[in-house]
Amino acid sequence: MATITINGNVKTIDVAQDTPLLWVLRDELGMTGTKYGCGMALCGACTVHIDGQPARACVTPVSAVADKPVTTIEGLASDPVGQVVQRAWVDNNVAQCGYCQAGQIMTAASLLKTTPQPTEDQIDDAMNGNICRCGTYPRIRNAVKQAAQTLAGEAK
Amino acid sequence: MTIQSISRRSFLVGSGSAAVGIMLGGGSLGALAQAAQDASKSGGFSPVVWVSIAPDNSTLIYSPASEMGQGTMTSIPAILAEDMELDWSTVRVEKSPSVAKLFGNPKFGGAMLTGSSRTVVGYYDVMRLAGLQAKLALVNVAAQAWGVPADQIVAEKSVLKHAASNRQMTYGEAAAQVKGDVEAPKVDKAMLKPMSQFKIIGTDVPRVDLPAKSNGTAQYGIDFRLPDMVWASVLYTPVQGEKPETVDDKAALAVKGVKQVVKLPYGVAVVADSFATARKARDLLKVTWSNTSPARKYDSATALKEFVARAEKVGEAGDVWHKEGDAAAMLKGAVRTFTATYTTDHVAQCTMEPMNCTARVDGEKIEFWVPAQAASIVTGTAAAVGKFKPENITVNVTLLGGGYGRRVEADYAVDALLVAKAMPGVPVHVIWTREDDFQRSRGRPLTAQHLVAGLDAQGKIVGWHHRVVSEGIYARFNPKGYQSAGNKDAPVMEAADTIYEIPGQLVEHSLEKRGIDVSFWRAVGAGYTKFAIESLIDEIAEGTKRDPLELRLELLQNKPRAQAVLKEVAAMAGWGKPRAEGRALGLAFSDAWTTNVAMIAEVSMKDGRPHIHQLWAAVDCGHAISPRNIRSQVEGAAVFGISAMMDERLVYKGGQVQETNFDKYPLLRANQVPPIEVKVMPTDNPPGGMGEVGLPPVAPAVAAAVFKLTGKRVRELPFPKTI
Repeated sequence: MATITINGNVKTIDVAQDTPLLWVLRDELGMTGTKYGCGMALCGACTVHIDGQPARACVTPVSAVADKPVTTIEGLASDPVGQVVQRAWVDNNVAQCGYCQAGQIMTAASLLKTTPQPTEDQIDDAMNGNICRCGTYPRIRNAVKQAAQTLAGEAK
Repeated sequence: MTIQSISRRSFLVGSGSAAVGIMLGGGSLGALAQAAQDASKSGGFSPVVWVSIAPDNSTLIYSPASEMGQGTMTSIPAILAEDMELDWSTVRVEKSPSVAKLFGNPKFGGAMLTGSSRTVVGYYDVMRLAGLQAKLALVNVAAQAWGVPADQIVAEKSVLKHAASNRQMTYGEAAAQVKGDVEAPKVDKAMLKPMSQFKIIGTDVPRVDLPAKSNGTAQYGIDFRLPDMVWASVLYTPVQGEKPETVDDKAALAVKGVKQVVKLPYGVAVVADSFATARKARDLLKVTWSNTSPARKYDSATALKEFVARAEKVGEAGDVWHKEGDAAAMLKGAVRTFTATYTTDHVAQCTMEPMNCTARVDGEKIEFWVPAQAASIVTGTAAAVGKFKPENITVNVTLLGGGYGRRVEADYAVDALLVAKAMPGVPVHVIWTREDDFQRSRGRPLTAQHLVAGLDAQGKIVGWHHRVVSEGIYARFNPKGYQSAGNKDAPVMEAADTIYEIPGQLVEHSLEKRGIDVSFWRAVGAGYTKFAIESLIDEIAEGTKRDPLELRLELLQNKPRAQAVLKEVAAMAGWGKPRAEGRALGLAFSDAWTTNVAMIAEVSMKDGRPHIHQLWAAVDCGHAISPRNIRSQVEGAAVFGISAMMDERLVYKGGQVQETNFDKYPLLRANQVPPIEVKVMPTDNPPGGMGEVGLPPVAPAVAAAVFKLTGKRVRELPFPKTI
């Protein structure tokens, strides 16, 4: 048994303690927005926020989040920064196949929370762990910049 | 899946191209006509099945192709909306059912198949004519209602207007008046409006799949769920062609949640109540395998050397792919020849969504939910492997988390089919791990290409001999088609027939059969044929002290569209102007998929490797449905091309893929991507393919720049670790 807090909701599930958080989300809770890509923390498709920090759900045993709140792409829409990032993603026509984009958006939202006005290098460094095979990187860069500008405007 | 029966309150104009009286060529139209007629006879509403209008004016358009990131879920409906004069804000799009008779692509013989950059190309005329037909049918409804001649009615943004009586009704209001069958108005291509009157084509209609793909709600195959669904993980044979001989599944079956172990002809599947459990239990299987597969002899590095040796045997007659004039005579009479051999290693598609498929067997019937590029191939495979009758096979295509050719074939659907057959009534979802995805690669063919070009005394290229040695794709996958075409392997030889005006040309393929499956890939053949062709053109330019741009313009003097993109990209990049210290430009051109694209790369060298500072591309794909999406496609394909050029190599030893995940098979990441500037140059021509064109020119453009910087010719893909 494991008890975890996902997007503010407490869930108790009957799984082995070493089950990766990714599969708890997907198979046990039916939250399929978080994607499986590599299973080894190499591609970033499964990025979630644990205690506010970006983390790879595919290598995080469910036991590791027993006392830490988890935010997934499903919960990002109720987050002010998340909303801005998601809007920037649509405005910039970012997604192609879209499979990696939940992870990209989670990473971008995390970046903008800690670094509201990132430089190009900071954007590239932050987004480096998220692979996009369709090659949407140029538009991801633009979307992060737009989101940063929007957030700066809102802050004034 | 059958199409929902048509309510009298809704209006559904069928696809019935035949009722439309048009001939688009290909055998599919006959079937389409028949389907339309059958629909009429059975009391259904007539032809154009693509669109349905509700009384509230909301409009549903079926999009036929698999959406894998190329954007056709939006661009195909946009084409129909153009000639139907729809208000785009009323439009909702759904994936069409996989009914080839109604929704098949004429460019694939009427099959439900998405690939080879043929979706817009194949459906363009169909959608435009269907849109026009739907509009005219609505005009007729209004004409009857108002008692006025149809030619006095104008349709605009989903509204029908009769100016003389100052009356108007929406499409929805017209649809609501339809009581019985509506005769499909006859339409033909001569009735289509000219490019100058386009209102939707050429504008940036927002992609309909973007919101769901930006908030985590988009449903891919891997996200599909049914009540009582089980998950399966397959332990696949270490080498293609082997079989499991003994299976010890005691430990696997002892894992809590494991339901069943199913032996397959090529592996062993563990079925459980979650994927995590199935996968964990799979690792506990003890299996011995047969040891007789010829593929065990396959080492890709050795094979490449053997392919090179064969490619360089210029006297060996290959299967002729393309022939013009007398290449041998021209080469014999040449005063100067240029010769080069190019090689490409295997590369993997690496869709971010691993292969997966859900299937459920119900008596004689089977239903699939699958991210597949080709519903028709899933159907054909299920019929061949599972012995299901085609009419008992239903294929529901989900969103695809990438395709790049890997999802054309249906090998992953076979896993689901076989396990589902062993568990009747239970929906079975098979998911490959990333490691499975690499192990079961069907990558781009390993190739050696040998080219000889001959110049006359004036320095004009007069003879051209291009030999390609590789495993076949169609030769294995579509042998009848391959043989009936005269041993032509279309994806392997893609774009090898050069556009350049050279009087003597011979392009040949020499087929290898090593027991390792190779398959489609993003820009399959063109990815290496254009690398070879464009690189040799650059070598000739340099060897004859010509500017590579000027040489191409001369070779394309009767191809104004090609000339225009070359001149445009040269202007964009400042071709001929001095660059910053340590930087150089390289140029390449591609006419693959009937789209003209010219690309320039600005490059410097860093630690023996090219560093790309910027890419520029100019693209003429004829009628450009959505320029913004076209730019995205060129960017994406260029990134794909850079990735393959820099670091991607799938190595086989003893018939086994050595790479297992993205640590050993690195894909391009955010910090390695240069700015990419794309200019779309629409012309009044039928649309060309767009999903792949950005890839072929990348490697030859960069290689040309590398030569300027280092004096070294790079003739291999991927590039060497140090140049």
